[in-house]
Order: sequence, then structure tokens, then C-alpha cells
Amino acid sequence: MSDATKSRAAWQIPPEAVRRYTLAIAAHAALILIWYLVVTYGRIPTFVLPSPVATIASLGGSNYHWIGNTLVTASEIFGGYFLSVVIGVAIAILFSWSRTAEETAMPLLVTLNMIPKVALGPLFIVWLSYGIMPNTIMAFAISFFPILLNTTRGFREVEPELLELVRSLHSSKWQTFVKIQLPSALPYIFSGMKVGAILAVAGAIVGEFLGSARGLGYLMLQVQVTLDTPAMFMAVILITLVGVVLYGAVLGLERLVIVRDARVN
Amino acid sequence: MNAVVEPFISVSGLRKVYRKRDAEFLAISDASFEVAPGELVSLVGPSGCGKTTLLKVLAGLQGYDAGQARIGSTTHPFDPSRDIGMVFQQALLLKWRRVLQNVLLPAEILGLPFRESRERARDLLAMVGLSGFEDKYPYELSGGMQQRAAIARALVHDPKLILMDEPFGALDALTREKMNLELLKIWKQSGKTILFVTHGISEAVFLGTRVIVFTAGPARMADNILIELPEPRTLDIKTTELFGEYSRRIYHLLGME
Repeated sequence: MSDATKSRAAWQIPPEAVRRYTLAIAAHAALILIWYLVVTYGRIPTFVLPSPVATIASLGGSNYHWIGNTLVTASEIFGGYFLSVVIGVAIAILFSWSRTAEETAMPLLVTLNMIPKVALGPLFIVWLSYGIMPNTIMAFAISFFPILLNTTRGFREVEPELLELVRSLHSSKWQTFVKIQLPSALPYIFSGMKVGAILAVAGAIVGEFLGSARGLGYLMLQVQVTLDTPAMFMAVILITLVGVVLYGAVLGLERLVIVRDARVN
Repeated sequence: MNAVVEPFISVSGLRKVYRKRDAEFLAISDASFEVAPGELVSLVGPSGCGKTTLLKVLAGLQGYDAGQARIGSTTHPFDPSRDIGMVFQQALLLKWRRVLQNVLLPAEILGLPFRESRERARDLLAMVGLSGFEDKYPYELSGGMQQRAAIARALVHDPKLILMDEPFGALDALTREKMNLELLKIWKQSGKTILFVTHGISEAVFLGTRVIVFTAGPARMADNILIELPEPRTLDIKTTELFGEYSRRIYHLLGME
């Protein structure tokens, strides 16, 4: 009987999960329904609050170049985020190897982090000219620090006695890193990556607001002039979807590499 | 005629001072004792009396300021890189590894042949009563079971010396007594030399062939008592007069009458 239970569990979604997903989807659907009812029966003009139908209809407008603009914004977000993860984790690893490096560089990085990144936007444009590059760097600048901080902390929180255990076996620096330090730090790396994913989206859009010729943020500024609110709503929805895809990918990766009990919430 | 056994561990005049900026803290002042191969020696004393420091010195994790600490003899040579197994108060299993992979960690670090190590790890898990738990994650095990796995891990590379730092200190009293019996069984089966740090006096007497008593403030070695209790040791001996005498003597040394 227990075998039967086991084989069923292998392909069937557990009832608890079904319940949770149902409630989550219901909440989303309810919000859209309320939105629709408010617009339809509240006599709210479209330029203030377009209905869900009008918003979706804006996808048909040929001069919005939805696909191209979405791809531009997505590549800024993913590119900047990728840089953040690679550079943030790399620097944290360096810090874990050299205390002096951490003590020298960390105060400087903390100071640099105090700079409101948005204020750097005009400079990025001067240095890198209009285009994908300055916005990618903006996404990077905003999402980098939480990833670095969390990862650094993760390497520091390794149980000292665990390190003694492997040191008593004369393990090499590399063995200690691969078998103990990196897997111990992974939950922290992922918690930094989750924060960073949300910030990277904001960074890219702020970059586009400050100056760009393409992308969803740029499009929003263009249609704002004509009070084309449905298109602005659609742009926000698409930006959110790009963010959801990125966040989902990070969550999926986390589930893949980290044992349930070891995750940091 | 007495056969003279060459000691496996010999510590003489050992002194260890921790320095923190200007402050000095004497962790061990003048410890001297010998341990024969295959002995299970308890080190007992209050917190901060230098027992843990002594284990770290023997494990090669810390240096010392004066005296000598030598491990190994002509009959029992000692390789510091692979002849030490350690067990701590916390099981310290790697959360992301299954039990079998946790036990295999020392073998991996030492680069021992995989298949034989895996067989050995399975045998050891059976010996500590964890057959069938090889593929569980640590969080699926109780505290006592985690500590058994940690003991199996300390044995997997077949070290000559096992250093245990309050290994049962975090367990409830009943589990602890059970683990004491298990440890005696494992010790008898494996023939390892074991140093067992504890602040449980009854535990120290029950387990040890000898009990070395440390006192704190300032840290120093107070006595080295040969425990001559009947073998095999069962929980019954805890109620004997002799057991009580040993315990009283240690309480007295620790100023706790």
C-alpha cells in the first residue's frame, strides 16, 4: 500500500499544493475583475484608468513595437543582473580568501553604495552614450550590492568547527572551498540573488527614463505625451512579466541546487 | 614481570597561552600525561579549563607555548594528516549531503578509493545503528542519530585517534546514556584510542579507562585517575560503591562537595 502511495506521489501534485495554487490564481483573477468592474461601472475616463480590455487591446498597436522594446528592456535587465551575480559572487569569494582584501575594499564599497545610483544615470550616458549599455550598467549598479553583501555574509557564517574538522584532515584550500564553504554559502547567495533580481528590473527602467531611444521605459515616456494610458499600463505589465520570469528562474535554480532544509527564507 | 607499553600519546609540561592584544589568557598550564594505544581516556573539568584547547593542540589545529605533545610510537605510527577523527558537541553534518555522503567526507578529502570507502561507510553506519538511513538528509534524523552519523564519519578513514569534544553534551539524558553504551561498544569493536572531553563526571568515570581532571582559574591538570571498574561496563556499575568513590574523588578535586 505504501508503494502505491509512493508511485502516486511521484506524478500527482499534492492536494496542499493544488489548494495553494488555486487560491493564488483566484486572488489574481479577483484583482483583474475588480479593476474591470471599477472602470466599467465607475465611469472612469480611459486616460486615468483604462480597462483590462483596453490595456490588452493596446498590444495591437503597430507603432508600439512591443516585441522589440520588450527584448531591449529584458536584455538590459538580464545583462545587468548577470554582471551583478558574477562580479558580486567573485568579489565575495575574494573576501573569503583574504581578510585584508575585505577590510580594505568593504568600507569603500559601502561608501560607493551610499551614492544614489539614479544620480549616476546622466554620467553613464556621457560615458557610454545612449543605448543598452548605460541601462545595463544601471541595472548592475543597483542589484550588485545586495548580492555581494549576502554572499560575503554566507561565506562568513560557515561553522568554524566544520572548518576545523576538515583542517584536521589537512584538506586543501580548494577542497575546503568546494566541499564546505561554497555549499554553506549557497542559501545566502540565493537570498541575495532574489533581492537583486527585483532591483535589476527597477534599475533598467530608471535608466531608460533618464535617457534612451528604445525599451519599455522609453516607450512609456513617448506615450505619456499623448495620454495613451492603456499603452503605459501594458508597458508596466510587460516590465513586470520580465521581472517575474527572472525571479522565477532564480527560484527554480534555487530549488534545483539547495536541499529544502538548507534554504534561507 | 610488567610488559612496558610504549605510550601512543605523550604530553609533558604542555603550556598554552592565548594572547589577545595586551591581555593574556592561560589556557593550559603544565599538562603532563600519557595514553596507551587503545585506551579511552576521559578529560573532565569545568568550562574554560583548557580541555578543548588540549584536543585542538593534539589535532594539530593549534600550536603551544612550552612543553611537548607527541603522538605515535614505533608500534603505532601516526600520520597527522589522516589518523585523526573528530566529533564535536554539534553533529555538524553537511545539510546538503545525504547521510552516506556525509560519512564519506573525510575519505573524499583524503582521496581514499571510492568503492571501498563507500562499503566501509555502510558498515560503519550499520555499526552505529543507522542502516537504512544512508539516503536520508540530516534534517530527517533525530539529534542522537545525527551524532551517531558524526561518529561514523570520524571513523570512516580508519584513523588511529578519535578526539571527542563533549559529543553527547547536546543530547537529552536518556539518549546520552544510550550513546555512552554505544560508544563503549564501538570502542571495543574498533580498538581505537579515544580522548573524550566532557563535563559530566559520571559520564567520564563510566567511559574512561582513565580520567584526567582539569580545574579552571587558572587552568591546570589536577589528577590522572586510573579507573578500575569491571568490564564490560554496564549501567549497573553506576550504582556500585567503587563508581561512587571515583565520582566523589573527582567532585572533591573540582571543589564541588
